[in-house]
Amino acid sequence: MEIILVLSIPLIGALLLAIFGARRFVAQLNICVSLATLAAATLLAIRVARHGPFLAGHEQFFVDSFNVFLVALTAFVGFTTAIFSQSYMRVEQLHGRVGPRRMRLYHSMYQMFMASMLLALLTNNMGLLWVAMEAATLSTVLLVSLYRTRASLEAAWKYFILCGVGIAQALFGTILLYFAAERTLGHEGMSALLWTHLNAVKSQLEPRVMGLAFVFFLVGYGTKAGLAPLHNWLPDAHGESPAPVSAVLSGLLLNVGLYAVIRCKVLVVGSIGPALPSHMLMGFGLFSVLLGAFFLWRQRDIKRLFAYSSIEHMGLIAFAFGIGGPIANFAAMLHMVVHSLTKSSIFFSAGHASQTAGTQQIEDIRGLADTSPAIGWALMLGSLAILGMPPFGVFTSEFLMLTTAMREHPWTAPLLLVALGVAFAAIFSRVQSMVFGESRAPVFGKDGAPRLPHSPAMVPAFVHLAMVLALGLYIPPVLAEWFRAAARLIG
Amino acid sequence: MPHSNHWIVPSLNLLASILLLISFAMLSRRRTQRLITLYAWQGLVLFASTFLVAYSSGQKELYYSAALTLLLKVIVLPWVLYRLIRNLGAQWDNEPLVNIPTTMLVGLGLVIFAFGLAQPISMMANTITRNTLGIALAVILLSFLMMITRRKAVTQVIGFLAMENGLFFAATSATNGMPMAIELGIALDLLVAVFILGIFFFQIREQFDSLDLHHLESLKED
Repeated sequence: MEIILVLSIPLIGALLLAIFGARRFVAQLNICVSLATLAAATLLAIRVARHGPFLAGHEQFFVDSFNVFLVALTAFVGFTTAIFSQSYMRVEQLHGRVGPRRMRLYHSMYQMFMASMLLALLTNNMGLLWVAMEAATLSTVLLVSLYRTRASLEAAWKYFILCGVGIAQALFGTILLYFAAERTLGHEGMSALLWTHLNAVKSQLEPRVMGLAFVFFLVGYGTKAGLAPLHNWLPDAHGESPAPVSAVLSGLLLNVGLYAVIRCKVLVVGSIGPALPSHMLMGFGLFSVLLGAFFLWRQRDIKRLFAYSSIEHMGLIAFAFGIGGPIANFAAMLHMVVHSLTKSSIFFSAGHASQTAGTQQIEDIRGLADTSPAIGWALMLGSLAILGMPPFGVFTSEFLMLTTAMREHPWTAPLLLVALGVAFAAIFSRVQSMVFGESRAPVFGKDGAPRLPHSPAMVPAFVHLAMVLALGLYIPPVLAEWFRAAARLIG
Repeated sequence: MPHSNHWIVPSLNLLASILLLISFAMLSRRRTQRLITLYAWQGLVLFASTFLVAYSSGQKELYYSAALTLLLKVIVLPWVLYRLIRNLGAQWDNEPLVNIPTTMLVGLGLVIFAFGLAQPISMMANTITRNTLGIALAVILLSFLMMITRRKAVTQVIGFLAMENGLFFAATSATNGMPMAIELGIALDLLVAVFILGIFFFQIREQFDSLDLHHLESLKED
């Protein structure tokens, strides 16, 4: 029941928003739909917390400790982003960057995107997972090119082609998986692709096929998760899309991509043993961490800067899942949550910051602490959080990852530390000058009107940061229990 | 009830080879219209092979999926693409990034690689069509090569669709077809993708007055 609600509310919302797209209350409607989704997701989480994992809808859907917190997180960030989006997009409309007709597309596609991500998380069917991931790409392509500028069209094209090719690899992986499943489970139609069925017989699945399938899965879903060297679409798409879209792409879609990889990893490990999947995840992860950190130095655009930071953090999570074991898996899942909250908060403040300054170029954004203190401080605190400063939650997860890495694979620890140090220096120096630097650019546009005609919606950004801070100090027992159970499941 | 007609396996192998040949032909063509025709032919071959597998394995679902292939890949998509390029005036592709003989040689290498990769898996298949998995993988890789070496947006999309054809062929040849619901989902995604691309082409042309993708190279790390 809860699952049906979680999936149908955003779908109905997308339909309603497509119909009433041009009305004045449309942004409020978007918030209401997101709030309803959040309520349904909360009910679902409560049910799982009380009664444990369950299957539903002829076993086509399932909730366990690994996806329940991601569903709740997705619904929550979807809701706060909708609140932020209301004031952000109102300013964009006043600046004449989007018209009412495109706002219809924007809101409708936003809800479609939410629905497809939630479907990808909740489905028990590996084929449906693929369909939902592809739907998530398709619904965001037109959001990336919302401004119809040359750069945004280029970014959207790149996003479409690279993710399309990537996801095609994942489909080949799915075909191979089905091929292996058919040999073990027999030709049962739909049920041969059900994750729970496959998980029960994973040790009997043909190892050679599963090994090859994992390579395709990792490349395919890894493209979606932005793992280097498959990350090329990510900085462009994040840089050129509207800030709320960057926030959900970075905060949610990357997580869903990794989630899909890990679901596949569980099956493959059961068949061929942990060596190959772990090493591949660690390799891709470490490469992403290093590449992300060093490319940070070359960034001049505030949103591209944080896009590279996302690549770095996705690398960290993939690396931790690669190490495996109870602590590293726990840390990886905690990092998924805190990264998602922090990064979306940063994109909220970065979005408003570039609206006040009238540009996304870092060197032209100066003195936010003077001109608009709320935005400046949110950006500063968010950056400190993402850089792993205690007592924020990112510190906890990174600390756990590093200590495990030191124990299990000591040679990786210096590399990780160097990357984290480089990232710290690159991001902190830029954010410091943006927030505290001498203010040069006027906060007024050419016609004398203030660039930010409404008060910015900074409440979501601060709420996210408060939650990250709280998670750094205290992890609620329910969440910790889910993390531990999921860590056992992932192995 | 599975039929054990001895003529089915050779004819499937024949169809698979035709599919591979068409992929090579696509690599060598520069006229966009010709590419679309080849894409439609590929769809027709897929329809025939799916129909044969359906007949030999006796699965009802595969007949639907064959019908879907005929409708979508032989009629609807080529027609939509044809209309698109006529409205956009994008009949010719530019000189490919790599010249055609070199592309062909690389393509040959890819085919050998694909067969090598698929060999151990093909040996295990208990479906009648097991030799064709290598060909399916080769078609996928060749389409990928086409996407890399061409510059025009339309050509890249045809490469993308041809890659999906290869995947579909892999699904029918290795596994007797994916479950019907999944195939419907994949077909829906494909249709939406082409629809979005159509919108996209017009946006690109509006901004750049051309569909040549070298305009789309300004976002680079500097």
